[in-house]
Amino acid sequence: MERVYLDNNATTLVDPLVKEAMDPFFTKMYGNPNSLHSFGTEVHPYMKLALDRLYDGINADDEDDIIITSCASEGNNTVIKSLYFDSVINGKKPQMITSLIEHPAVSEVYMFLEKLGVEVKWLPVNKEGIVDPDELRKAIDPDKTALVSLIWANNETGLINPVKEYGEICRENGVKLHLDGVQAIGKIPVDMQEIQADYMTFSGHKFHGPKGIGGLYIRKGVSVIPLIHGGEQMAGLRAGTINTAYMIGMGYALALAVKNLDYEATEVRRLRDKLEDAILSIDDVEVIGSRDKRTPNTILASFRGIEGEAFLWDLNQKGIAASTGSACSSESLESNPTFKAMEIGADLAHTGMRFSLSRYTTEEEIDYAVDAIKSTVERLRGISSTINKEYI
Amino acid sequence: MAKNDLIGGALWEHYSDKVSDRMNNPRFMGEITEEEAAVKGVKLIIADYGADSCGDAVRLYWMVDPETEIIIDSKYKSFGCGTAIASSDVTAELCIGRTVDEAVKITNIDVEKALRDTPDTPAVPPQKMHCSVMAYDVIKKAASLYKQVDMSVFEDEEIVCECARVSLSTIKDVIKLNDLRTIEEITQYTKAGAFCKSCIKPGGHEERKFYLVDILRDTRAEIEREKLNFSEERKNFAEMTLIQKHKMVDKVMTESILPILHADGGSVEIVDMKEVDGYTDVYISYKGACAGCAASRTGTYEVIAVTLRNKVDNSIRVNIL
Repeated sequence: MERVYLDNNATTLVDPLVKEAMDPFFTKMYGNPNSLHSFGTEVHPYMKLALDRLYDGINADDEDDIIITSCASEGNNTVIKSLYFDSVINGKKPQMITSLIEHPAVSEVYMFLEKLGVEVKWLPVNKEGIVDPDELRKAIDPDKTALVSLIWANNETGLINPVKEYGEICRENGVKLHLDGVQAIGKIPVDMQEIQADYMTFSGHKFHGPKGIGGLYIRKGVSVIPLIHGGEQMAGLRAGTINTAYMIGMGYALALAVKNLDYEATEVRRLRDKLEDAILSIDDVEVIGSRDKRTPNTILASFRGIEGEAFLWDLNQKGIAASTGSACSSESLESNPTFKAMEIGADLAHTGMRFSLSRYTTEEEIDYAVDAIKSTVERLRGISSTINKEYI
Repeated sequence: MAKNDLIGGALWEHYSDKVSDRMNNPRFMGEITEEEAAVKGVKLIIADYGADSCGDAVRLYWMVDPETEIIIDSKYKSFGCGTAIASSDVTAELCIGRTVDEAVKITNIDVEKALRDTPDTPAVPPQKMHCSVMAYDVIKKAASLYKQVDMSVFEDEEIVCECARVSLSTIKDVIKLNDLRTIEEITQYTKAGAFCKSCIKPGGHEERKFYLVDILRDTRAEIEREKLNFSEERKNFAEMTLIQKHKMVDKVMTESILPILHADGGSVEIVDMKEVDGYTDVYISYKGACAGCAASRTGTYEVIAVTLRNKVDNSIRVNIL
């Protein structure tokens, strides 16, 4: 086996059907969709189809907006900074709420706003790794809270937060809710008519679409101040010539992902569980979060006595791609904040390894990965000075 | 920031081939047992350093010949990333054949240099330099166990930056000699803080005893105090700028005059200073009990005027506002 890709929470391969569907929009139908001539207008039906697919894919109402962005990071920045801009315009002192397990595309925006004087409340996780709705309820001050930003499914653990309850709590208190849906879309059903969020962000490349394209869902009646000014595209809410090929690709990718949700819930889950069972058969290993509360493709495991970067190195030698939040693997030497917030008995900040599958992962690949993981554990525990209990 | 900084994920591209090789095929990894040492009639030393909660932990084994104090064999076990394992491997190798006293002199920089492919290309990227530091620490631990002394006896000076092995005295000297004002300048001059960055300020990868931010602040304060040392500079009073003159007057006021006035519940402040025809006119205003006190225009005034003339410069004239 040449290489096995088990890092699908980082990015995914572009579905070949998607790539094919995008192709005509580079050299044939390359007009600017804002032009009135035929080169511009001939693209419109394909863009409308893409929008239909995006709206259907998350069950958005036609009265809602889905703004095409460059990625979910842009969407998150747009929403959070929009509420800040609003407070500046209206002279209010806002309070905003988020959690300790957000992706940096949310948490670092809030850290920046803290420097500008915004009061940010950081919600912890409970022992199951979930942001408890009661914590949210306690933190909300209906008079002050301008926005709540929470992650739908966590990128490191795959743990799915109770977003339906978050929506109900925010609605009861008249507070806007922003969900980071990046890791939910394409892995579990996402229904914006069921979940009462005001904003939801996603990224095409997490569900077999291309990189550099994403979406920002905005509920009807909710406003947003643009992050990027300078044109009338996206109803004036996001300037910049629309990346037609990628928008069309993302629409198709979402349609295919939704069609494959059953496969995710059954076959991807079966392979994930097979890999997880094999990992759990190794001594001194802990997997974070119960299976039924996670996206069907994700495993976050702690292997005692093995530092994450060394693990990643050995797996890479065997052609296997995974991920670690270990401080030693980061260019800044800082451990991943989610790993630190998720300390559930395991020393994840140094030993956490994430394996994330996709609908392209095969049985043979999982079998190969199981052997590779086992031999890596054997070798690195042979080197390790901390694995033998008598030494600790 | 520049072209080379724009694409991330390059960490492993900066590992030397030797680092990769030692990681993939460690030469000296393993354990030494009491039985093995007994067979050879040598002393076994087992030194642990670090903990898995820090992300790095190493256990170093030495067989030491008690006659010659030469380390005849060395092995290790390591919990850590690839560079930590490679550094431990080279550390064990460098110990073999040396006496305990010689081994103590091995530094993390020796370990890093031994891992280079070519003399001028670092073996690891800057943020990984600290992985080799543990190698140095565990040697000191082993030597302290052998000699049954505290590890601190092997530290002849305070090291602020472990990665680049820069001492406290070096950093202070460089700040003073070159009048450095920023952390970036200290890093440019000494390499301190260029690697894992733990020594720059609290909250980094490792907790440190000294931080560059504190050293810079304290040394700058020392420089300022020295600049105000008027015994050196009073002869140049005439050449000073008005601000420098003000600092000197203010210092004498604070140190020599205010304590006397405060004792009687009074105070004084400098309101203005002007340079007029070679004189330095100091305008003062009384506060507290001094305001309205009869002596403030006689005895107290004389004390202030004479003290400033004696301790600062003869050109000073004091005016009450």
